[in-house]
Amino acid sequence: MVHIVPEIIKESVTNLVKNGERTDGRAFDEYREISLETGVIEKAEGSARVKIGKTQIVIGTKPQIGTPFADTPNVGVLMTNTELLPMAAPNFESGPPDENSVELSRVTDRCIREGKVVDLEKLCIVEGEKVWMVFLDLHVIDYDGNLMDAAVLGSVAALMNTKIPTTKIENDEIVLDYENMIPLPINEKALMCTFAKIDGELIIDPSLEEEEIMGARLSIGMTEEGNICAMQKGGAQPLDREEILKVVSIAKMKTAELRTHLP
Amino acid sequence: MIFVEDKEIVIPGDILADEEYHSGRGTFKENDKVCSSLVGLVAIRDKKISVIPLQSKYIPKRGDVVIGEVTDIRFSMWNLDINSPYSGFLPASDVFGKEKRELNRTFDVGDVLFLRVVDVDEVKKVKLGLKGRGLGKFRGGILINITPTKVPRLIGKKGSMINMIKDQTHCEVIVGQNGVVWVKGEPSMERVAEKVINMIEDQAHTSGLTDRVRNMLAKLLGIEPEETEYELGEPGPVDESDELEMSEEVEITEIIEISEESDELEEFEPPEEKEESKEDEID
Repeated sequence: MVHIVPEIIKESVTNLVKNGERTDGRAFDEYREISLETGVIEKAEGSARVKIGKTQIVIGTKPQIGTPFADTPNVGVLMTNTELLPMAAPNFESGPPDENSVELSRVTDRCIREGKVVDLEKLCIVEGEKVWMVFLDLHVIDYDGNLMDAAVLGSVAALMNTKIPTTKIENDEIVLDYENMIPLPINEKALMCTFAKIDGELIIDPSLEEEEIMGARLSIGMTEEGNICAMQKGGAQPLDREEILKVVSIAKMKTAELRTHLP
Repeated sequence: MIFVEDKEIVIPGDILADEEYHSGRGTFKENDKVCSSLVGLVAIRDKKISVIPLQSKYIPKRGDVVIGEVTDIRFSMWNLDINSPYSGFLPASDVFGKEKRELNRTFDVGDVLFLRVVDVDEVKKVKLGLKGRGLGKFRGGILINITPTKVPRLIGKKGSMINMIKDQTHCEVIVGQNGVVWVKGEPSMERVAEKVINMIEDQAHTSGLTDRVRNMLAKLLGIEPEETEYELGEPGPVDESDELEMSEEVEITEIIEISEESDELEEFEPPEEKEESKEDEID
């Protein structure tokens, strides 16, 4: 179902942006209130609940032992899956994942993988045979725009919260020692920052209203050092060179700000 | 025996009263006891207990005035989203009479209209109409969604609450009974009105709301609360005048009068007067 935005809402939001204002009174480079809790799911090895304004995502991780992919025998596996629950928004339907859900999983996965958040090589137990497979499951509970920033922030927090048992090899068998749990090998905290382009202006952390009327969107994943590890563009309008450079420099500041929310 | 007080918040399954009471809306009877089936406020009238939900969806009712958004254009009608599980339709004949005209030249997808629910049939097909004072298409302004059960609270007794917002912010405000509110004025004032309306929605179940709204308006507008003595028609203790039942029956005449002043509404005069009288008979 395509949601149709009333013309008068489009008009009022665009007019506000033209005057340098936003519907909720934020500045163009201001995030909504962010809250982050970890360890919210008892049954998962690691979990987090992240809220950006009214957007809410619950993230859980599940490490399991499995066989590595044939082309990367000494590297652990990271799998990201997103569920856009029907209760999150009226236009989210149950059933197989749609393009939005796939996009969110892939962008989150790319940011974490390319940002080298988890040292996957350390997740190898027996080369070519047994590695840790970390499943990262994102459940969108409430949708009010800017899922990507919330997804990446929550995922990094959930991964940092994850504990795996230590492994020993006895008589060619893997023995899990649940008495000694160790955290996942985390070596980076890459985070994402999303901008929406409305009427030529670039605004950070778009709300649902703003996302519905935006011409284009650009998400930038950045490591602590300020290296770009992921980028995703959406929407029909083009972005020019100056705009992208401007956005990247703001993203560097803003991801550093987001990083303070991590435990 | 009654186990709850008037306006107490209850949750589903709470026992409200014994068999001597009648089970009203939002309640059910089990083992001769009246229980709540909703999260909401208890309303006791004589021997009838009902529960008014804190949140609800709009269920269309004949005669309501609603704000709807055009979502689709068909061969001879517009489809409208009326913020309800049921979508509404506006027949072209209601707007053009017997004339044949192109529908999308009059109202296009994305337009927002102020309409009246003409009829709701057995399968909840909602027929809408534009005949009546002040009904038509909105130009400019902003839309705010609130829970339909809180609409009476937003309007206040004899429109006291809504008139206070209008007077203070100098905005035009139109409330549809489906919980959609249209506000137009200075952009900064629109935001003030939006904040106040959202606050009313949040706190509709509490008493002394009128006072808090007055203070909030004064604060947002940067005026001292003392200076904003407004004649609200009811001097007496505020708490009493404030206790508006959140019942389903709302004075809608108030809203229509508001819209009459609005020149932002394109009114639709039906081309043939005969049509109108026919409609009235059906009503």
